[in-house]
Amino acid sequence: MSATIGTPLLLAYGAAVCTLLSGAVSLLAVRRHPDFLHFGSFLFLFCSGAGSIGAGGWTLLANLTVTDRFQLGLPWLDWHLRIDPLSGFFLVLLGTLVVAISLYGPSYTREFGRGKAAQPLPPLGVFTALFVLGMQMMLVADDALVFMIFWEMMSLCGYFLVVYQHQHAANRHAAFLYLLLAHVGALVILLSFGVLAAFGGGLTFDQMRAAKLSPLWATIAFGCAFAGFGTKSGMVPLHVWLPDAHPVAPSHISALMSGAMIKMGIYGIVRLSYDLIGNVRWEWGMVVLIVGTASSLLGVLYALMQHDLKRLLAYHSIENIGIILMGLGLSMIFIGSGHKMLGTLGLVAALYHTINHALFKGLLFLGAGAVLYRTHARDLDQMGGLIHRMPITAFLFLVGCVAISALPPFNGFVSEWLTFQTALQGPALKDGLLRTMIPIAAAMLALTGALAAACFVKAFGIAFLGQPRTRRVARAREVPVGMLAGMGLLALLCLLLGVLPTTMIEAMAPITQLLVHDALPSATAQGWLWLTPISPQVASYSAPFVLVAIILVFGLGRLILKRGAEPTRRADAWDCGFGHLTQRMQYTSTAFSQPIRRVFRGVWKVEEHIETLADAGSIPRVTSLHYSVHTHDWAWLKGYLPIGRTVLAAANRIGFIQTGNIHTYLKFSFVTLLTFLWIVS
Amino acid sequence: MEFASLSLFNQAIILFAALALFMSFIMLAQARMMPLIFTFAWQGLLLTMVSVLVAIASGHPHLHISAAITFCLKVVVIPWLLYRLSAKLNMQYDAEAITHPTLLLLGGVALVIFSYHVSQSIVHLSGLATRNTIAVSMAIELLGMLLMIARKSAVAQVIGFMSMESGIFFAAVVSTYGMPLIVELGLAFDILVASILFGVFFFHLKDSFGSLNVGQFNRLSEANQPMPSPEAAEPAPGERS
Amino acid sequence: MDSQLIDWVLAAAQGLLFIAAAPLLAGWLQRVKCHLQNRGAPSVWQPYRNLSKLMGKRMVLAENASWLFRATPYIVFGATLLAAAVVPLVAVHLPTAAIADMIVLVAFFALARFFTALAGLDIGTAFGGMGASREMMVGALAEPAMLMAVFTLSMTANTTNLSVATEYLLHAGLVLRPSFLFALLALAMVAVAESSRVPVDNPATHLELTMLHEAMILEYGGRHLALIEWASQIKLMIYSVFIVDLYFPLGIATDFSAASLAIGVVAVTAKLMLLAVLLVVWETVLAKMRLFRVPQFLGFAFMLSLLGMLTHVVLETGI
Repeated sequence: MSATIGTPLLLAYGAAVCTLLSGAVSLLAVRRHPDFLHFGSFLFLFCSGAGSIGAGGWTLLANLTVTDRFQLGLPWLDWHLRIDPLSGFFLVLLGTLVVAISLYGPSYTREFGRGKAAQPLPPLGVFTALFVLGMQMMLVADDALVFMIFWEMMSLCGYFLVVYQHQHAANRHAAFLYLLLAHVGALVILLSFGVLAAFGGGLTFDQMRAAKLSPLWATIAFGCAFAGFGTKSGMVPLHVWLPDAHPVAPSHISALMSGAMIKMGIYGIVRLSYDLIGNVRWEWGMVVLIVGTASSLLGVLYALMQHDLKRLLAYHSIENIGIILMGLGLSMIFIGSGHKMLGTLGLVAALYHTINHALFKGLLFLGAGAVLYRTHARDLDQMGGLIHRMPITAFLFLVGCVAISALPPFNGFVSEWLTFQTALQGPALKDGLLRTMIPIAAAMLALTGALAAACFVKAFGIAFLGQPRTRRVARAREVPVGMLAGMGLLALLCLLLGVLPTTMIEAMAPITQLLVHDALPSATAQGWLWLTPISPQVASYSAPFVLVAIILVFGLGRLILKRGAEPTRRADAWDCGFGHLTQRMQYTSTAFSQPIRRVFRGVWKVEEHIETLADAGSIPRVTSLHYSVHTHDWAWLKGYLPIGRTVLAAANRIGFIQTGNIHTYLKFSFVTLLTFLWIVS
Repeated sequence: MEFASLSLFNQAIILFAALALFMSFIMLAQARMMPLIFTFAWQGLLLTMVSVLVAIASGHPHLHISAAITFCLKVVVIPWLLYRLSAKLNMQYDAEAITHPTLLLLGGVALVIFSYHVSQSIVHLSGLATRNTIAVSMAIELLGMLLMIARKSAVAQVIGFMSMESGIFFAAVVSTYGMPLIVELGLAFDILVASILFGVFFFHLKDSFGSLNVGQFNRLSEANQPMPSPEAAEPAPGERS
Repeated sequence: MDSQLIDWVLAAAQGLLFIAAAPLLAGWLQRVKCHLQNRGAPSVWQPYRNLSKLMGKRMVLAENASWLFRATPYIVFGATLLAAAVVPLVAVHLPTAAIADMIVLVAFFALARFFTALAGLDIGTAFGGMGASREMMVGALAEPAMLMAVFTLSMTANTTNLSVATEYLLHAGLVLRPSFLFALLALAMVAVAESSRVPVDNPATHLELTMLHEAMILEYGGRHLALIEWASQIKLMIYSVFIVDLYFPLGIATDFSAASLAIGVVAVTAKLMLLAVLLVVWETVLAKMRLFRVPQFLGFAFMLSLLGMLTHVVLETGI
């Protein structure tokens, strides 16, 4: 490779070095001079993010594939690195989030160094840097060894970040669960690589690509990869770690985890199934589609029942991973049945939703962090009225809410619309079962979207609208400008990706060229204004038009209607003649989701408690009433707890060999040694 | 095969087939006795119309006879018998509580998909334009069985049974232009006898248990432990009579 | 270039006609309803008078109404207007139809609902929250049923573009598709629920137990209320035209000659008037359901549209 062509990879190295420097600054200087965290560590992180975007964007736009090798570690095992459009796309995604949190972080982390519960800052900086480094390098890995090393680095640093506020038992518990599932996942991924390496005769991805797998072994490799990467992505039923782990990490880390880390699972699935294994089969697509549908529906239904803002967002990550998987599943079904163009459309929809989710989920977690920063409240039922106190945060959070609820003209809608369009091409398939299943999956996607909108009306409405429910919330103020800048960047991108889908799809063409050897020329054939995925006759959508029209109506309407009108008067809200409204009369988040809880009962295990305190007078009179409701996850109750119990029982059963007596252990070693020697001989 | 290129007769046959399937779904969801019986009668009427249409379209006059038999039995006699019975037992306004109605309907949808999947392998054996309706007739049959499994009232059991029979009849009409007349007559006679037997059975049931809820059959179990839930086991309806 | 300009002018004219005629449809509905229920009927122009009266009123806002509360009526109206622009009222093939397909149309309604619900929560009254919560529940169940019905149609016509689909159906002539029958029933049920009519909601009520949509907009007045009311009248009209277009497309103009346009106007007027009478009969014979019967109602609509889709796949496609 000549030096000029190698530049994107050099940029990626530069980004990695910046990440390392950011960690080093935290490690060396921050204990003495906390300000170094803001001006050193986060500055380097910013450079690293920018470098990632540069490297990724360059490869993507110029359609490059650059490889490199290092002689590191074991003498016969070189490190192979490679950057291609797919990894470039994910690097851009990662870099964008890193840039956003590096703007957001300096003010936000200041909070941790303050007050009675002050936390040491260096570990936060170091592990953030290593976490980002793990993702950056994993994306450019070109052999299984490098991939797994950095995959593990990402997982492990994630653990330390989750457990950062380790004083709370809940955080330690969440982190342990995360670590456990991350390792089970990594083990299964290793098995998948094992199969590929065995057939390919080596650990590099090139050898794996060249491997000739029988359909059975290909399916085994795919199954292992899907389970392993799916664990990291949080697909149902391997999702239980996610709603515990994401909320307890510091908010900018939550944004990074939910926005970027779980996407690495998607990267893994795409890389392995499309690129390394190749010859995608429709049966895989079926599995992916079903898992995706279940994840999206259960994710949103569980999210609806949450009243902890960050936990609610975490459940929505499961939902969105489900939507991405639906797109991937459709794509695999179509490709496996020989409809390459439709498969490409599904893949584009899935990848588009991947970057969309990274943007709006990052934005929403940063917004939740901003609320947390000013009010120290995570419980929705303690917030309220923040739109008056934090207007800009409220606006930016609203953008995230509209985007994630898949409403036009924001980005979430575009990718869901593309997924719908893919699903509607189901009749092109021969198999009757598939033809019936695909529209049903689409209906479930519609239900998911509508429920997500309900959920975000709840999240935004209870947190930001109405009257403040606690005194602390009533005294909140707007967050510093750095935090707003971080959120604003993501919000702007949400709008841009929503309004200019054709440009984005055009930019994604090299990825599909690489993976499916096909692109979507029809999608952009009508110019940047019209998105026509199949043909203008079949479906079209013009996002710029929608945006302009809404702005026009807004402007003209106000202009016409306000002209000559008397000034607006403010008065009390209608209180039915009973005196002033208090904040306790408002709907709470629990009350808001009650109708849906009733309609879909059985999806959750719901525990309702009503405590009534009554006067013991001659006429009994209720003096206080306390209502609480808890929803539990069936997967946890019926799946994980029994497994946990079984493992524990088994461990107890074989626990007899642990006597504590050194002679016994020596006897074990001795017998083992003899046995092995006997076998060897 | 493009649907729009079929003749209007065939289109109408398919339309009525779909409506008959719809009636099966309504029966699945209908908790009240009277509407349940009426829905069954409607399904019978749709079947009659399908056979008449097939008779006209294919020029098989014996189908007119089977249409007439269907009309007499499924639209007039059996609904009337059931209605009289439930009026006599004073339960025509009863409604049973269906556990998980949504789940039941989704199960029904799954059955339709399943029967479509199954019938795909046999559909090509028939050369008729309306052969796609084989899946529907199979679905009607399976839905009848689902009705019998899921519901507790004896009337629903009978209706489920009869609608299974309708499914079989329907399959015969649309795939091979009906069974030989003698078989059809025999079948008609069979279900007539069955409906009378069911009537007798109702009275005994009411006498012995004081209700028409077949969930009460659990009391017949001779095991020492009472069953954990009434749905857990349902002995065959014939056990008692 | 010239013909393109004419196309756009015609499209704009159709959009304007759409929003101008929407209150008339509401007035007609009200009038027929009053006649059917033996009441004295207001003039069909009454909705226009109401709107103009509301427009002229001085605005009163609640003390803690935020910018979102003030922006919502415009967003709702804008979204509904966009939805109206893509529905072929008099003629198909207009360039605005390409802005959005049927899925986007559903999403426009979702956008309007999203902001209306937020506005309901903004003041912090119990009614607002109640309305928002109920409306989102109804919406969450109605939307998939609606989309499913739309999918059934679009799988037949192999397009999600409403204009193209209408034309396809116009040329197909009389085809007895069972899937269309189910989808039509489902669409009608969803339309009733979405445009807040009996038996799901009652636009004339202000009783706390029965309010859905009205509870959310209880705090609105003046021009804001006018915009919201107008938007909901347009929404009703969109649903009506949607049903009419897809099931009885006869008479709609396929070219832009004056004669066919005139026929189009007459045809759509007659069809809408008839549909309104049907709606009134439906509303008069039915009573409003209690809230938790609504999920069953909409679940039934969903079942119908699912059945429509299944019959399409099972019965109407080749093997």
